[in-house]
Amino acid sequence: MNPEPEAAYEYEVDEEPRPGLGVSITVCPDGPLLVRGPVELVSADGETVEHPRRVVALCRCGRSRLKPLCDGSHRLSRFRDPATGDQITHVLNRARPAPTE
Amino acid sequence: MPETSTPTRRAPELSLTLASPAPAPVRDRPISPPMDPVHRGDVPCSTTVRPSHRSSSFDEPVPLPAPRGPVSRALIDLLSGDAEAIVDLRLLRWTGDPTKATTDDDLQLALWLTYEQHYRGLAGVDERWEWHPELVWARRSWEQHLLDGLRGETDEHASRDGQDPTSGRARVQAVLNELASADDEPSLSKFLMREATSRQFGEFLIHRSLYHLKEADPHTWAIPRLSGSVKAAMVTIQADEYGGGAMPAMHAQLFRTLLMDWDLHDTYGHYLDHVPGVTLLATNVISLFGLHRRWRGALVGHLAMFEMTSSVPNGRYARGHRRLGGGEEAALFFDEHVVADSVHDQIALHDLAGGLADHEPQLVDDIIFGARCAAYADAAFAGHVFDRWGKGASSLRRPVDGSSEVAS
Repeated sequence: MNPEPEAAYEYEVDEEPRPGLGVSITVCPDGPLLVRGPVELVSADGETVEHPRRVVALCRCGRSRLKPLCDGSHRLSRFRDPATGDQITHVLNRARPAPTE
Repeated sequence: MPETSTPTRRAPELSLTLASPAPAPVRDRPISPPMDPVHRGDVPCSTTVRPSHRSSSFDEPVPLPAPRGPVSRALIDLLSGDAEAIVDLRLLRWTGDPTKATTDDDLQLALWLTYEQHYRGLAGVDERWEWHPELVWARRSWEQHLLDGLRGETDEHASRDGQDPTSGRARVQAVLNELASADDEPSLSKFLMREATSRQFGEFLIHRSLYHLKEADPHTWAIPRLSGSVKAAMVTIQADEYGGGAMPAMHAQLFRTLLMDWDLHDTYGHYLDHVPGVTLLATNVISLFGLHRRWRGALVGHLAMFEMTSSVPNGRYARGHRRLGGGEEAALFFDEHVVADSVHDQIALHDLAGGLADHEPQLVDDIIFGARCAAYADAAFAGHVFDRWGKGASSLRRPVDGSSEVAS
């Protein structure tokens, strides 16, 4: 693999992250978590998982046959979670479900 | 691996992967050795014949096919000759049934041939034809027939979109999500998973070879027409399609491995004469959108629908492939699509199609049109295949067993 991710990580430690090179997790409406950037994926027993993927989609609906990865099953199971900015902000700050309309 | 006659143009790195000591597969394949009379003369019988040049890692221009009607006949005659010649445009006027334009063999082949000049090219054809003004003029009239046909096939659904007050992004995403979640019955992917015979599965791969051997290329035309985060999203997807720049991981290359596992030809464009207009439609639609900047919205919508309807079917194809005894190396084509496209699904929906709707809201209708066209082309193909298979017939225009039956 090219050394770019590690360099980006070091850069991030003491300065502003360069746009697009930081780590981000996108909570996809009715879909998976999209994880971008040089993130270390580890198993619960502490083992680092080596993989070649720059972006991974992690299952959020529980129906994937490829967990932890998404395999598109959320579309078949009609998994629903709007994951709006308001909803995520509410949950993270208030630790309780966001009010539904 | 089966021991039957196979093309011997395998790239060395692919030969290695195929040399794994897999148990003899239990299946009623091969569907046929690649000995069809049309191309038998082209099949080299020894790797000593220009091995580097004949290796499957570099495509050659596609040989001109047999004509399928007056327009493709006139076109093939033209392309076989001098690009300085006077063109009689009357011969290039398509006068078929406009309601069947999307699947008409003659029209779709004519379009496919003119488009192919922008990809790998046509063997023995003067390359100046690519931008010959009169040929471009003729193609424009064919494209209008295709567009009218696509409008006709997608309009009845479009009226349901409504013009709700939400943003263009929200409208795009609502329609694309609805289309992608349809999972219509009868489902071709479920049939291939559960019931298809080896012959049927092989036919499916033959149809798909016209696209997958140049997988991603038609959508790549979008890159120079986009910018900012929308371009970045597009490149994220296309980079995966091209294996991140590693040749063996390019999706087209994974498809080659799959074709060889099924004893099928992996030569680019090899099955052109065998596939019907509805198969050519699938690539013609993308080429049409890709070659006109004016249709960049439709191109993005088409790619988004492609990506959003890929993971689940590919998971089913993989199970069908394994059920029929397909090899594990070859299954990587399907397996990789399940994982990669579950990512692309989200990027295409939110960053690509949604992003373009934000930046160019005037393209919202085009994005939706492109997505509908992708869904239509897919459904039309499935409908054709089910129709033929339901009658116990081949879904190919010219079956690969060499029989001269032409299903028109």
